Amino acid sequence: RTLPIPIQMVLLKKKEKIPMQMARAVSRLLPFLLWRPPRPLLRRRPLNPSPKPLTTRAKALASCSSLVLPGDERSPPSSPSRRAPPSYGGGGSPGTIAAIVTSLGGGPAAVGIVRLSGTDAVAVVGRVFRPARREPAPWRPRSHFVEYGVALDGDESVIDEVLVVPMLAPRSYTREDVVELQCHGNDLCLRRVLRACLEAGARLADPGEFTLRAFLNGRLDLAQAENVSRLISAKSVAAADSALAGIQGGFSTLVKSLRSRCIELITEIEARLDFEDEMPPLDPMMLLSKINSMMQEVQDALDTAKYDKLLLSGLQIAIIGRPNVGKSSLLNAWSKSERAIVTEIAGTTRDVVEANVSIHGIPVTLLDTAGIRETDDIVEKIGVERSETAALGADMVIMTISAVDGWTEDDTKLIKRVMIDEKCSGSTVPMVLVINKVDCTPFVPGEEFEKFSGIFRKHVHTCAVTGKGISELERAVIEVRGLESIPSEGRRWTVNQRQLEQLMRTQEAFTRLESSINEQLPLDFWTIDLREAALALATISGEDISEEVLSSIFSKFCIGK
Amino acid sequence: MLLRLRPPATAAGLSSFLSSGPFTRPLPSPSWRPRRPRLSTAAAAASSSAPNGPGGRLESLRERYDVIVVGGGHAGCEAALASARLGARTLLLTLNIDRIAWQPCNPAVGGPAKSQLVHEVDALGGDIGKIADRCYLQKRVLNSSKGPAVRALRAQTDKREYAMEMRKVVESTQNLFIREAMATEVMIGKNDSVEGVHTFFGMDFYAPSVVLTTGTFMSGKIWVGRTSMPAGRAGESASQGLTENLQHLGFETDRLKTGTPPRIDRRTVDFSRLEAQHGDEEVGWFSFDPELHVEREQMCCYLTRTTKETHQIVTDNLDETPTYGGWVEAKGPRYCPAIEDKIVRFKDKESHQVFLEPEGRDVPELYLQGFSTGLPERLQLPLVRTLPGLENCVMLRPAYAVEYDYLPAYQCSRSLMTKRFEGLFFSGQINGTTGYEEAAAQGIVSGINAARHSDGKPLIVLERESSYIGTLIDDLVTKDLREPYRMLTSRSEHRLLFRSDNADSRLTPFGREIGLIDDRRWELYKSKQARIKEEKERLKHTRVSGVEFAAEVTAVSNQPVKESST
Repeated sequence: RTLPIPIQMVLLKKKEKIPMQMARAVSRLLPFLLWRPPRPLLRRRPLNPSPKPLTTRAKALASCSSLVLPGDERSPPSSPSRRAPPSYGGGGSPGTIAAIVTSLGGGPAAVGIVRLSGTDAVAVVGRVFRPARREPAPWRPRSHFVEYGVALDGDESVIDEVLVVPMLAPRSYTREDVVELQCHGNDLCLRRVLRACLEAGARLADPGEFTLRAFLNGRLDLAQAENVSRLISAKSVAAADSALAGIQGGFSTLVKSLRSRCIELITEIEARLDFEDEMPPLDPMMLLSKINSMMQEVQDALDTAKYDKLLLSGLQIAIIGRPNVGKSSLLNAWSKSERAIVTEIAGTTRDVVEANVSIHGIPVTLLDTAGIRETDDIVEKIGVERSETAALGADMVIMTISAVDGWTEDDTKLIKRVMIDEKCSGSTVPMVLVINKVDCTPFVPGEEFEKFSGIFRKHVHTCAVTGKGISELERAVIEVRGLESIPSEGRRWTVNQRQLEQLMRTQEAFTRLESSINEQLPLDFWTIDLREAALALATISGEDISEEVLSSIFSKFCIGK
Repeated sequence: MLLRLRPPATAAGLSSFLSSGPFTRPLPSPSWRPRRPRLSTAAAAASSSAPNGPGGRLESLRERYDVIVVGGGHAGCEAALASARLGARTLLLTLNIDRIAWQPCNPAVGGPAKSQLVHEVDALGGDIGKIADRCYLQKRVLNSSKGPAVRALRAQTDKREYAMEMRKVVESTQNLFIREAMATEVMIGKNDSVEGVHTFFGMDFYAPSVVLTTGTFMSGKIWVGRTSMPAGRAGESASQGLTENLQHLGFETDRLKTGTPPRIDRRTVDFSRLEAQHGDEEVGWFSFDPELHVEREQMCCYLTRTTKETHQIVTDNLDETPTYGGWVEAKGPRYCPAIEDKIVRFKDKESHQVFLEPEGRDVPELYLQGFSTGLPERLQLPLVRTLPGLENCVMLRPAYAVEYDYLPAYQCSRSLMTKRFEGLFFSGQINGTTGYEEAAAQGIVSGINAARHSDGKPLIVLERESSYIGTLIDDLVTKDLREPYRMLTSRSEHRLLFRSDNADSRLTPFGREIGLIDDRRWELYKSKQARIKEEKERLKHTRVSGVEFAAEVTAVSNQPVKESST
């Protein structure tokens, strides 16, 4: 009752083939994504250590900006690995890699870390590290237990006191054996320890290579890997939060769910194309409702992309108005500074004055502009022109009037002028009306005011001198820019440019699909756009779909004669 | 060296040595001399024989050909025919001449994606479509409610007639010789090139090109319940020794499994309670050659369903089946699961369809499509009798499973020549496929290339984006195979372009260039293309307007019409 021997043999052989298959698939995926081809020359360098000047090498590495982990600098390689590195596969270079993973050159720190990853990581560290406790060699690490000892160079002389943190496969960042050596934070110590590791058989990691390995070994998907880079370079708390949410898979989960629903729909349709006479007919209403809900989710994801852009580039808000309505005071009050000069003289501000504030974590640049009026003063004239340009280029305009004067004819002129400018350039910038100096007299809306009040999305009463109304103004900004839909808790992940493009591709595919359905094209036409959508979504996480549809058909439906 | 041609290629005047002559040739007597000097044969002859030396008489009896095709199934026939028609002296070795082009499983040709393959083979000058058109019992167009690219013709065929017709064609083709033999060894000469095959009874046949189409015969073993015996099909002995020889030559082999349902006697079925499935009133055709468009009377298929009792018998006896009893591990294809697989995997489905399909006009056998099983024979009849309408039926042949060796096709290039040995080609189930249509598609490609190889010409490759044939071969040689490969429309990225109706414009110019399309077919093709062009011109310049007309078109075609169309 056992298998004929050939089958058994063949079953064994089969298993060996699978990693290569996967490697092939991944290497096909990678080139255009996050990874620069390795420089094999580095590894083939002859064995005599020829220390190059540190600076040039470090610069070279820094300049070849990699998408992942741009922050980690490295010192030069001094020797190639001693043995033929084991085959690694997947397009990444083989071998055990090592690098200083804490930042260098920022002044001495208390602690710095050298990290190694690869099948030989433990062996390499075994040659460099001598534990303080008396124990027979060779060093046997216990995963996730810290050990104290010293690092030795090739001549067995002590180069630093270190803590060793071994994280054995697969419970590590790269899913390989990872060992971290915590050294003293001096660049000199770190470089000496790194060099010892390189001499002991590791090779210098390429920029981002640890994360590359994490991706190749399936520890992270592509979107998560990208967020690692975002987190490292995040400049604000909100940006760091969103990157962290991305690493933890908020966005990936959405993409995966969308993708699997696409595949489910393709499965339904394909099964009916290839096995027509065995399947019950399809309910088009069910398909439509599924497609619509997916479209909505893609739309939501695209909306958060807007938020992402704001996190990175911020908002520009231009404050315009007649002279002497308190624009500069408003800027000062808002930014809690004395950035702009404030006097009683109309036309004090001649040039555009910038100040930075943060609204709900989004960096905002306020532009205080010269009061717009007809003038013969050459300098002021230029200032007025600049004001108008600023108003056109901003993401939002705050038009300021004074409660003391009410809505004047000059205000009418000004708003007409702005509107004409807008028409010429074809852009529409949302506008908010600020009625300043409400502490002096209450604002009396006149007939003229009613005529124009409609074009402002919000009206806010402020007193720049006391700071009254500033928080209402901030709320108005948030509301007008449609940012309140992004919850402050929960889904905070955002979408980068590459992901955005693929999301747009998905959305376009859905739109085309909708039109195919509306034009009553037959079912087989629907699959084209569905596939396109699934492919675009798969590109975000870095997966492939070809065989998956078939597998899904066979697992879901009872097919076959 | 590969010649990559992307059809539609311009029909350059590559000489046509097609010889579809009448049957007036003298009966072939194997002579050792090739009819026309062919490069590689001449070279081999010069190196290995001394015709005038002592023993020259025996030497001169050495059988020399340009191409040897091992196997007379659907791949073997297409390969042998293509090769012979290209002028190569071709030897077809088969285990049993009476079983040429046999349909051991489903007596049907076509279906989604498969029908496109048949149209494409026909467009290249192959025969499967012609024979299916000649021997059909019923024809239906599947997917008729869907887009034109996935509509698919399927024909139930008369399996005896089919084999007879194909055998007639094979026997009457010039340059084609048939011999009963079991090939046991591929002979390899210098420079890793093929020299010929050695047979079980000690014959050596020489040729610079050898096509292996072993089907399920290579170390085949059939199973009914727990009982097994070496056989390629029920009642036919397996081919032994070739696997070991190929392994010895360095090929990797693997094993696949497939099965066939029981056959029952039509005269014992109560059809009155079954749902009939009639053929189409307007019959479609596989072949582009209108000469073959001769309508015949159609037969009916019937539909029945499994019942509670069926499921009960299966679940009670699961340990008697190979998969759940655990004595056969080779994986079968997902698209024809045994009835026990269906019942186990889809527990909540109360009933599964079973189609009753006639196997011929004058044979009483009915094929129970969807009812293959690994249960022992003693349980098969009780199981069949649980189906409505079949309560009193008589079984003619039991269901059985067959296990066979195949060679993962990544060992071949897209010309279907093995990467390891020059002149050795694989086609059909040996490459891990399933289905007559898939076999024929590979057969014609390997036949063309075997002939071209023996003639010293560059080999042809059909690009993935040219046809389902190209997609099939590209998948085979590049992808990992986990089950017998069946062509499905979803395997092609270019599904909307590979329609049945444009197979000729995609491939016939290429077939002409190769030399498989004779003058008559070429003229037919050209006049059809001219008519298409003319009509397109007319449509471009004729303008019809009017809301009523548009409404009428919508009513007829089920497609909305935009305001104005040219």
